[in-house]
Formats: sequence, structure tokens, C-alpha cells
Amino acid sequence: MSPVLQAFLTIVVGVGLCVGYFYSSNLVLDKFIFPARGPNAGRNINLANAIRPWLFLLPAFAALALYLAYPVIESLRLSLTDRDNGGVFVGLDNYRQMLAEPKFIEALKNNMLWLLVVPALSTAFGLLIAQLTDRLWWGSLAKSLIFMPMAISFVGASVIWKLVYDARPEGTEQIGALNALYTFFTDNPPEIWLTVPFWNNFLLMIVLVWIQTGFAMVILSAALRGIPEETVEAAIVDGANPVHIFFKIKIPQITSTIVVVWTTITITVLKVFDIVFAMTNGQWETQVLANYMFDKLFRANDWGVGSAAAMVIMFLVTPILIWNVINARREFR
Amino acid sequence: MASVVGQRSSLSWIVNLSVLFIVLMWLFPTVGLLVSSFRTADQITSSGWWSSLGTQESQRPAIRLSGDETQTDAGFVITGKLIDLDGVKISAWGTSSRAPTAYAPGDIAELSKDRTLTVAADGSFEFVAPESQIGTRLPRVFTTATTPPDFTLDNYKNMLFSERSSGNMAQAFLNTFTVTIPATIIPILFAAFAAYALAWMEFPGRAILVAVIVALLVVPLQLALIPLLKFHNYIGIGKGYMGVWLAHTGFGLPLAIYLLRNYMVSLPRDIIENARVDGATEFQIFVRIILPLSFPALASFAIFQFLWTWNDLLVARVFLIDSSGQTTVMTNYIVELLGTRGGNWEILATAAFISIAVPLAVFFMMQKYLVRGLLAGSVK
Repeated sequence: MSPVLQAFLTIVVGVGLCVGYFYSSNLVLDKFIFPARGPNAGRNINLANAIRPWLFLLPAFAALALYLAYPVIESLRLSLTDRDNGGVFVGLDNYRQMLAEPKFIEALKNNMLWLLVVPALSTAFGLLIAQLTDRLWWGSLAKSLIFMPMAISFVGASVIWKLVYDARPEGTEQIGALNALYTFFTDNPPEIWLTVPFWNNFLLMIVLVWIQTGFAMVILSAALRGIPEETVEAAIVDGANPVHIFFKIKIPQITSTIVVVWTTITITVLKVFDIVFAMTNGQWETQVLANYMFDKLFRANDWGVGSAAAMVIMFLVTPILIWNVINARREFR
Repeated sequence: MASVVGQRSSLSWIVNLSVLFIVLMWLFPTVGLLVSSFRTADQITSSGWWSSLGTQESQRPAIRLSGDETQTDAGFVITGKLIDLDGVKISAWGTSSRAPTAYAPGDIAELSKDRTLTVAADGSFEFVAPESQIGTRLPRVFTTATTPPDFTLDNYKNMLFSERSSGNMAQAFLNTFTVTIPATIIPILFAAFAAYALAWMEFPGRAILVAVIVALLVVPLQLALIPLLKFHNYIGIGKGYMGVWLAHTGFGLPLAIYLLRNYMVSLPRDIIENARVDGATEFQIFVRIILPLSFPALASFAIFQFLWTWNDLLVARVFLIDSSGQTTVMTNYIVELLGTRGGNWEILATAAFISIAVPLAVFFMMQKYLVRGLLAGSVK
């Protein structure tokens, strides 16, 4: 069967099953199990209404349990077992083996660098652009152009930036913008930038900053719009200059939004895989956790260490997870 | 505001200029790749893409003379055009790679065996030889020429319609659609029902379930790769479309439920209460009232999920792509090109742009919903 036909059938069957399930389960509940008539009509209606939410929730939560909750537990179990020995429990051996690998330490260090640089730069640029475009007549056009990389895949962005970093042999014309500028302003021969350890990490980070700044800008721009006019006007009357207004009046009022943007980008950074995979594949000291893990799982076929690396990512995400849950609960109360 | 603050107007040109600068910086890399995808391989490797936008003077690769011979009083004459482009202007030319700029346009070069060659500024040449040149290799000509911008659609034609090795792109394009459409549509219904229950139905444990959704929003999908691949192998679907659809559905649900719930909570309570009083069942309320009213949120999520599944590499590599090579998606295809054809920018740029085109179109058409979704979806 051709995949296109299969896809079409899947949509029909999937949507049909879903609608059918919700419709018939409600029907069965109301008409047969707890019919709203007879001597117990009132009690039946109450019972049916108590059960109905669970009917609505069941498919989604079953899928969530299987596709997100179970994997967390299963990964934890796998990270404590050894695949080669038939899945025997080995305690923390996988973690110990991982910590002894220079590539893992490198990935951990690089990830920390990413965590420091990318959320900070993206948020700062996003805030700056949001403020600058705030009252510009062509501001929405400018914003939509800066927001555009959000729609581009990490792989596409990698190709785009690889052209910027491209190097041609010395003496020929440089077609990568970075080397063209570099050879124009200095007398040095062109560099193959992606192979220059340490600095190449930043070249990869720029790609993610380029993508995520649009996200930060959109959220922060909405937050800036939400600041009550009176506070700004009062400051103007008191003679504050625009810089003061921005740092002393506006920023303090949108701190919570800045934190949200920062944490959201942090999570994206922890999961970053495609950019490194496509541009350097972790060579020249650019390894990161997600790519290290992929390497272990599918090239070295070492499920134990791979799962251990995944658990490290999970561990790093956990503080944000808890923070989000606490905040969300406060808001819903 | 502008009238209140006098300084603002004096600052405004600085603001305008700096925003313009930032926007250009942001566009520069993308435009570079876009322009490159319309240039031939020779053009890409011989000059930076930025120089192709205006007329440029560049030394062009050697061109070997060719053309039909006619016999005249002067000898055997071959005439023709070296560069067949409107607006081309040759500023210097030569017949050896050591002196590629030896002659000015109109000069007559004396070659070996009494042959002469002259090249005019418009690119036409006249080659005269005392004896027939059929069967001999004609000399090469090096030119330095000013050419107007010159772009071609050939890269796209080759990429999409030719049967060469890169003909896979059309297949990958189709595969990507095959992955994306069900993976976008299926989670919406699941999520909509759950979101309604979480927003408008009273039951014990509701707050905890909302918290669970918020928690699952940030669980890295890296954790799910091995356990789910094992699970898919166990239930017999292995690697394939079914697996990737299920995986995308599962991974998309937390955001879908979260977005839709937040939106549904904000719907006016009166509408729902009135419907309940009028005797509508929960199912009817959901289908007749909530779903139509929630259209903006549904659209937001659909765009997110579409962009995410279209741009995804990891999930496709783990759950879909097998060794047969028949089920590759575009992101994976491009990564493979990066490995095998890293220097062939005309292929890379074109492939990348074909894969970027669809999400960009969606982005520019549906930006309103995307922004709205982002604002609702970021955990406050």
C-alpha cells in the first residue's frame, strides 16, 4: 500500500475511532449503565457525571502514560542494567563508565556553556528588539522577519549557517561571509571555523540564538505592551530618560516573563541535537549531551550508557519542571 | 506618547537605523542560501553570493573556443560568442592561465601556427587559421568580464524532477507530508476532549492532572527513544509510519492539552452554564459550542505541531527511517547530503530551500495564530 494512501486511511481511521469512542462511550454511559430514568434517575445522573470526565480524559492520558511517563521509568531502569549481559542489574556502573569517558565530560562542559550563552543572548536580543520595535511604524514587519527563523528546521538552519562559515583554500575567493570578512580585514589565511576547538561551540550556538531570539522577542514584546501606561508616563513627568525608563520601570515589571522565556529556551538548549548533529556531529570538541546520547544508542548500540545520558538530561531539566509545576499550581488556585 | 516625550523623535532615526541593521543581520544568512540556490555550481564556488546581486567584474573560468568553420580569403574562420549573456562586458582576456589579462577587447592575439584571435567587449570572438582546424583542439580563452546578475532555476529542476541520485528529493518531500499530516490531525481530537474535561468538568484530582500536563511539557523526548522503540518492536509495528505517527501524537499531546485547556478556561462561563441548564449533554456542549469557539487555539496548536513534525529529525530517524532508504524525510535527506556532498552548495542550498519553503509559507500565512499560541503556551 502506498504510504500516502496509508496516511489518508490513518487520518480517517484515527479521527473516526476517536469520535466513535467519545460518542459511543457517552451514549453507553447515559443510556445503558446509568440511565437518567427509573427510580434511581437522580443518583444515576450524578454517577454518570462523575464518570464522564474520565471518559474524556482516558485516551489522551493513556497515550501520555505510555509515550512520556513510562519511558521515564523505563529509561531509569535501562540505565541501571547492562544490555550485553541480558539486562542484568549493574547499579551505577553505566554512570561510572560514562563519567570516565572524556567525550561525556566534554559534552557536559559544552552543554553548560550552551546553557550560559544561548538563553542569555536570545533573551537579551529578544528584549532589545522588542523594545526598539515597540512604537515603530514598520515594527511588526521587522518583528515578523526576525521571528521567521522559528519556522526553519534546525537542519535547514544548519545548512544556512554552514554556508556562512564555509572556507575556501587560501588565494581563492571566499564564498563564506565569515571568511570573506576575516580575509578582508586581516592578512591571515582563511580559517576552517567549525574545526577550531572551543570557538566552534559559539558558532553552533549562534544558530540557536538566531532561531530563538524571535521567540523571546514575541513573548517579551507582548509583555512590554502589557505594562500600564501610567507607570511610564509618571516616570517621564519625573524627568527619567528613555534608558532609565527601560531599565528601572519596564524591566522590573516584566521580570516574571523574562524568567519564563529564559527557562523555556533553557529547555530547548538541553535538548539541542539537530544543529550539532548536522554541523559537526560532535567532532572538534563540540559534543553535547543529546548528540552523545544518540551516538551511544544508535552507533555504539550501548543502551545502558545511552539511557544514563538521557537520565542526565532529565536530571538537568527537573529543577525547571518543578518550578513550572509550582508556578502553574499557584496560578490555578 | 511621541508627543509627550520630545526626545523620542530625536532618537527615532537611531532606532530606525538600528532596527534596520538588526533585521538585515537576521536575514543575511537565509538570503545567502536562497540566492545561492539560484546560481550554478561554478558561480557559487567562484564568488561570494553577495557579489552576484549587482553587476560584477570577475575572472571567469576558461572557455574553449568552439563553432563552425567557414572558409574565406583570410583563411578558416570561426566566429561565435564566448559568453552568451545580455549586458556582458569583457574588460580583459588572455589565452594562457599565466597571463589571463594579456589583451584588451579588440586586440588581436597572435597564436602559434599563424593563427589569430580577437575578442570583442561584447563577448564575440573571431578566430582565423591558415588551415582547417577540424580535429584539433582549439585554444582556451580566459576572460575577465563584468556580468549582470544571472540566476537559474536549473538547480530546482534537477533536484525535483531529474532521475539522478538527487531525484530522491521528490520522494522525501512526499514522505515528509505523509509523516506530518496525520501526526498533526490525530492529537488534536484526543487533546480537545481532555482539555475540555480539565477546563470545565468538576472532578477530584483535576488540579493534579493539570500539574502532570505542565510537568510532561518539559520531559525531554530523548528519554522516550529506546523504551518506545522497544515497545514498537514488541507490538510488531517496528520502524515505519505507524510508529512515527504514534510517537508524534504522544509527544505533541502535552502542549496540545495545555494550550487548549488554557484557551477553553477563558471562554465565558455563561454560555456553558446556559447550555447545561437547557439540557444539553456534555458531549453536545463540547461538539456544538466548545469546539467551534476554540478554533483559534486549535489552529495555533495545529501550526505548532505541523512545524515541529515537518522540521523534526530525531523522531523520524529513530522511529521511521530504516535501511531501505524508501522512508527518508527531508531533514534526514539534507543531513545525508551534508555528509556526502558537503561542498556542493548548489545541491545543498536547493534541498534546504525546498524543505524550508512549506513551513515558511505556513509561517507567513498563519503568523497570527502562531504568535497567539506562543503567548498562551509559554508556562506562566
